[in-house]
Amino acid sequence: MFVQLSHTSFAMVGIFQRSLRLRTSLRQLSFHKSTSPTDILSSLVLRGRLFPICSPFVFFSFRRTLHNSNDGPKSLSDTPPPRRPFCRVTQEDLTFFRTLLPGRAITDPDLLESSNVDWLKSVKGSSEVLLRPQTTEEVSQILRYCNSRNLAVNPQGGNTGLVGGSVPVHDEIVLSTALMNNILRFDDVSGILTCQSGCILENLSLYLEERGHIMPLDLGAKGSCQIGGNVATNAGGLRLLLYGSLHGTVLGLEVVLANGQVLDCLSTLRKDNTGYDLKQLFIGSEGTLGVITAVSILCPQKPKSVNVVFLGCETFEQLLKTFQLSRSMLGEILSAFEFLDSECLNLLRTHLKLHNPISDCPFYIVIETQGSDSNHDEEKLHNFLEEAMQSSLVVDGTVATEEAKIKALWSMRERITEALTHDGFTYKYDISLPVERIYQLVTDMRQHLGERAKSVVGYGHVGDGNLHLNITSPAKNPALLAAIEPFVYEWTAKFQGSISAEHGLGLKKRNYIYYSKSSQAVALMGTIKAILDPNGILNPYKTLPDNLR
Amino acid sequence: MSGRVLVGVKRVIDYAVKIRVKPDHSGVVTDGVKHSMNPFCEIAVEEAVKLKEKKLMKEVVVVSCGPQQSQETIRTALAMGADRGIHVEVSGKDYETLGPLQVSKILAALAKKEDAQLIILGKQAIDDDCNQTGQMTAALLDWPQGTFASEVSLEKDGIKVVREIDGGLETIKISTPAVLTADLRLNTPRYATLPNIMKAKKKKIANVKPADLGVDLTSRLEVLRVDEPPQRQAGMKVETVDDLVSKLKDAGKV
Repeated sequence: MFVQLSHTSFAMVGIFQRSLRLRTSLRQLSFHKSTSPTDILSSLVLRGRLFPICSPFVFFSFRRTLHNSNDGPKSLSDTPPPRRPFCRVTQEDLTFFRTLLPGRAITDPDLLESSNVDWLKSVKGSSEVLLRPQTTEEVSQILRYCNSRNLAVNPQGGNTGLVGGSVPVHDEIVLSTALMNNILRFDDVSGILTCQSGCILENLSLYLEERGHIMPLDLGAKGSCQIGGNVATNAGGLRLLLYGSLHGTVLGLEVVLANGQVLDCLSTLRKDNTGYDLKQLFIGSEGTLGVITAVSILCPQKPKSVNVVFLGCETFEQLLKTFQLSRSMLGEILSAFEFLDSECLNLLRTHLKLHNPISDCPFYIVIETQGSDSNHDEEKLHNFLEEAMQSSLVVDGTVATEEAKIKALWSMRERITEALTHDGFTYKYDISLPVERIYQLVTDMRQHLGERAKSVVGYGHVGDGNLHLNITSPAKNPALLAAIEPFVYEWTAKFQGSISAEHGLGLKKRNYIYYSKSSQAVALMGTIKAILDPNGILNPYKTLPDNLR
Repeated sequence: MSGRVLVGVKRVIDYAVKIRVKPDHSGVVTDGVKHSMNPFCEIAVEEAVKLKEKKLMKEVVVVSCGPQQSQETIRTALAMGADRGIHVEVSGKDYETLGPLQVSKILAALAKKEDAQLIILGKQAIDDDCNQTGQMTAALLDWPQGTFASEVSLEKDGIKVVREIDGGLETIKISTPAVLTADLRLNTPRYATLPNIMKAKKKKIANVKPADLGVDLTSRLEVLRVDEPPQRQAGMKVETVDDLVSKLKDAGKV
């Protein structure tokens, strides 16, 4: 018997806890071998030690994997995993939390609501406890306690993630870093900023701007997202083209491990080749290997000259040629190269009443330049624009040098996500592909879906080879989802792309990891997880696939 | 009605920039700070260009008074569709004391020289908030004025202007030639598109000195001191109504 659960019915899972059921007919767990019930039990024991199984009733359930089902491919993203045998929070636990965090251990269901639902309002958990530590020591004590009590913990930053990784699946305790928002120090000679992980990205940007610097990353969620969450998801964003990824700009981390141990790798050195670079493991680990409590990051100088250009192109090939031209003529001042299609512009016009700054074209480009000399930059920019217009790569465009106009042009790209939420239920895909293939996925998807979808739009960081493919429908539509997945993942795998370029795997994409990573790689990830978090209490049900052995 | 429209544009500190007062309190820091066209002047340029597009006016001439950098502001107006520019060179001490009286004298002189039918200005500049140049220019020329215009229509017997006033909207009709000052809702300024930006590079900007126009720039005003507004005190959160009452009593407010 197999029960299909939707994202919004996690509360019903509790029903299944009451009966002891060991499946007699087990489906295959992995692609290549079959598993017996004893193997499963022994794998549980293998995780370091026998953890206290609080409830005498244990429920096992295994789903068919994509490649072994007999009825054809089935989408896995609508089926949340069943609750693992963690303990439940008791009055004693609450007393401990309330003593440790006076006034900051929240159990009021109304206050918990926003921590249980993600930004897209697509997944909902049923956590009953929200903890808000202020110091690393408090985080350490929380995790040490939860590890010994076998209580699952969901670290939560700004809750702006798009793959359901930031909210509980069942009743995991939410560990929020919102109150850990102190800037510890800033060295304006080297540009190195050290701060707690709960600092909001926009606040850090404002702080740095007053000191002649900027954050090396920027994204649409900057008003809410926290730097700890950014690091945990290895956020990309709009400036990656110029400043690189967090793997390069983060110099040090302070992480609390699952057993409460504080790992101090909070170095502020540019160069330090003494042993394995442990912080890299936590960058992009999505809260499953440790809770990041402090970050030291290298911040670039605030550019004296910023220009934004909004261009229109007739075809995607011309857009790509414009990209090549911009790389050669703008060179080191090119800091962002984003694209959007005409469907995106229609959504912005319809839902947010934003007007097209130029004439209507099939494709639009947002280019940003950053440099230290406005005369130098403007000359390069004008030469580039003249060349682009004369060779008819670009049919129309406009330039902005003033902050207000720059913000207005950027909002044409940054607010697409918002416009999509007004268009209906959105299916979001964040794909990395070879640059020349990026738009082909959009056209193929449009053809494949036909009338079944309301809007199919493509936009994103074309300069980084990253497409944001979004499909909307008036309401949640399982038939549409079945048409989209696994078509989109198989298409991506065909061209050796990534099924999640920057959004991460979270809850929604955890089982698709095999489209972009080999079994050996995923198995090694599982080993590392088992070493760092033997009881699996950190952000369970996320990032790693359900059928991991 | 065909003719020439004169538009005045001012180069001001960009409205998104955080203003800092100079340590000696003589003014605000302008060195290295981002400048751009005054937003109300943008609306004035847009209105003038619209009139030309509707073939109600023949030529749009844009004027700016200031140092060398004012030419950038004129170029932006040219990229929006103005035909030619006039840069009235004022720099150094003269520029620091340049105010509405001097500018309106310059505009009046130019209007006569260029035989303009219409002068359109922004209602005020966002750096000094004077809201005087349009009115003074009209007075010097003895022309009627339609200020705080949120709607302008040229008719056979004059210009109908809908003005935004405290009580609502006032509609007046004035004869030409006239001075109009643009308010926020008159129009939405267009983005200067690339083809126009390229064309603007070739348009002419004439250089004129105030002395050539017979204008005396001496100011009758002296700025004594510039200060930042007082810092807002942070508020206080209280848990209960009783708390609030006791805090108010302590502060002597109740």
